Amino acid sequence: MRFFRLFLARPASLIGLVLFLVVLAMALGADQFYPGDPLDLAGRPLQWPLADGRFPLGTDVQGRDIAAVLFHGARVTLGIGVVATVIAMAIGIAVGAFAGFYGGGVDEVLMRVTEAFQTLPNFLLLLVLIAVFGSDITTVTVAIGVVSWPASARLTRSEFQSLRSREFVQAARVLGMRDVGIIFREVLPNALPPVLVYASVVMAVAILLESALAFLNLSDPNVASWGNLIGAGRAVLRTQWYVSAIPGLAILATVLAVSLIGQGLNDALNPRLRDRT
Amino acid sequence: MRILALAGRRLVTSLPTLVVLLIGLFLLLQFAPGDTVDALMAQIGGGDPAAAVELRRFYGLDLSVSVRLGHYLARLATFDLGYSAIYGKPVAEVIAERLPATLLLMGSSLAFAFSIGLALGVFAARRVGEWPDTVLSTLGLVFYATPSFWFGLMGIVLFAVDLGWVPAGGLEDLGAGLTGFARVVDVAHHLVLPVATLALIFLATYLRIMRASMLEVMTLDFVRTARAKGLSETVVLTRHVLRNALLPMVTLIGLQTGTMLGGSVVVESVFALPGLGRLAYESVVQRDLNTLLGIVFVSALLVVAVNFLVDLLCARLDPRIAA
Repeated sequence: MRFFRLFLARPASLIGLVLFLVVLAMALGADQFYPGDPLDLAGRPLQWPLADGRFPLGTDVQGRDIAAVLFHGARVTLGIGVVATVIAMAIGIAVGAFAGFYGGGVDEVLMRVTEAFQTLPNFLLLLVLIAVFGSDITTVTVAIGVVSWPASARLTRSEFQSLRSREFVQAARVLGMRDVGIIFREVLPNALPPVLVYASVVMAVAILLESALAFLNLSDPNVASWGNLIGAGRAVLRTQWYVSAIPGLAILATVLAVSLIGQGLNDALNPRLRDRT
Repeated sequence: MRILALAGRRLVTSLPTLVVLLIGLFLLLQFAPGDTVDALMAQIGGGDPAAAVELRRFYGLDLSVSVRLGHYLARLATFDLGYSAIYGKPVAEVIAERLPATLLLMGSSLAFAFSIGLALGVFAARRVGEWPDTVLSTLGLVFYATPSFWFGLMGIVLFAVDLGWVPAGGLEDLGAGLTGFARVVDVAHHLVLPVATLALIFLATYLRIMRASMLEVMTLDFVRTARAKGLSETVVLTRHVLRNALLPMVTLIGLQTGTMLGGSVVVESVFALPGLGRLAYESVVQRDLNTLLGIVFVSALLVVAVNFLVDLLCARLDPRIAA
C-alpha cells in the first residue's frame, strides 16, 4: 500500500498512469465506439479533421476514419507491446537466471550468446527475422520479443550473482531443494523487482520498433496499426500532413505513458529516494 | 602502449562472439523460403529445373549445411561477402558504395547528440531541481518517446515544405554538378534535417546520463578538496568534474552504436538517403538475403570497431583502467 502511495505521490507517474488508462480504454472500447472493420471505406477520402462532424479526426487517402483506426490501433499497439515484452522478459530472465546462478561454463556460454545479440543492431536483426519468417502479426510480435531480451538477461544475471550465496539459498539447499526449485521459487522472487521495472523500457522500445516496421510497410498490412497509418499518410504528406501527424501523437503518448510509469515504479522502489519522502 | 594492449585484449575476446553470431545467422537463413538461385530464376522470369540444378551446383548450394557453413566462414575471413543477384555485383562492392552516407549521417548525429547532450547535461546538473532542469528532463522524455520517422516527417512538413529552408530528401543536388567546397555545403544542407532527426532521440539519453554522472561526481571527496584548495568553480568543473563525469558518456557511445545503425535504417528511408540502412530495407523488400547478411556482418564489425575506440578513449580519460 505504501508503495502505491509513493508511486502516486509523483505527478509524473500519475500523468503516465492516466495516459496509459486512456489508451487502454481506447483499446478495450474500440468495438463499442467503432464497430466494424476500421480498414473499410467510411467516407470521402482526405477530409480534414473537424470538417465533417462524423469524422472528428478526418479521413485518410483510402477514406478510412482516422479516429476508428486510432481506437483499433491502440489494441494492436498494446497487444504487440505486452506480448513482445512478456516474450523478451521470459527469455531474458531464464538466460540471466541460469547464467547468474551457475556461473562458470554455463555463464560463459550464455553470456557469449547474449553478447552476440547485443553486438547486432536489434532493428537489423528484426529485419532479418522478418525477411526469413514473413511479416504477419504473430511473427512480428515474436520477432520483436526475440530481439529485445539481452539487457534484461544481464540485469537478472547480476541480481542472481549477488543473491546466489546468501543464507536463504544455502538453507534451501540444505533442505534438499533441487536447483530449478531454488532458482524459480527462492531466488527469482527476490531478484524480480528491478527486472520488472526494466520491463517498461522493453515495452516502450517494443512499441517503437513495431511502429517503425509498420511505417516501412514491413509489418502486417492487414491490421489497423498506427505505424501503417503514418506510412500510408506519407504519400500526401505535403498537403494532408494530419494523416501522419495524428497517429504519431498517439504513439508518442503511449510510449511516454509507459516510460513515466516505469520511472515512477523505479523511484518508488529505490530505497534512497524512498527515505527522502 | 599499455592502453592499446588492453583494448586489443578486449578486441580478441569479441572474436568468439562474432563467430557465434555469424553461425547463428547462417543457420537462421536456412529457414528462409527460397535461395539465391530461386531469386535469380524469378528475376530472369523463370527457367527449367535442369538449369536451376546446374546453378545450385555452381554456387555450391547442393552441398550439406555444415560444409556450406565452413565455406561461408572461410569466405568471410577473406572479406568475401558473396554476390548480390539483385544488384548484379559483389555484395562487398554494393555495401562499400552505401557505407559513406551512413557513416556521415551517424558520425554527425553522434557528434551533435554528444556535444549538445553534454552541454545541456552540465547545465541541468548545475541547476538541479530548478525549472530549467525540469523543463530539460521533460523535453528529454518526450523526445525519447517520439518515433524518429515521425519526427522526420514533421520536420519535412515544417522546414522543407512550409518554410522551404532545407531540401526534403536526398544526399545532394545531383543535377547541379557541384564540386569542391560548394558540394560540401550542399551535402551539409541536405543533411541538416536527417542528422537532427537521428540525433534528437539520442540527445535525450546523453542529457540524462550526463546530468546523473555530473551530480554523482560533484559529491565526491576530490571535488571538495579541489574547492578547498581555492580553485575557481570553472576550473573545478572543467578539469576535475567533467573529465570524470565523461566516462559513462563515452561508454554510452559504444552501447548505442547498434541502436543508431538501426535508427539510420528508418531515417535514411524517410529522407531517401543512399546509405546502408536504406540498402538493408531494400534488400528485405527484394528478398536479397545475401546483401542483408553482408550488411549485418559489416554492422557487427562496425559495432566492434567503435567499442574498440571507446575502450581506448576510456583508458585515456581514466588512467586507472589501464593500470
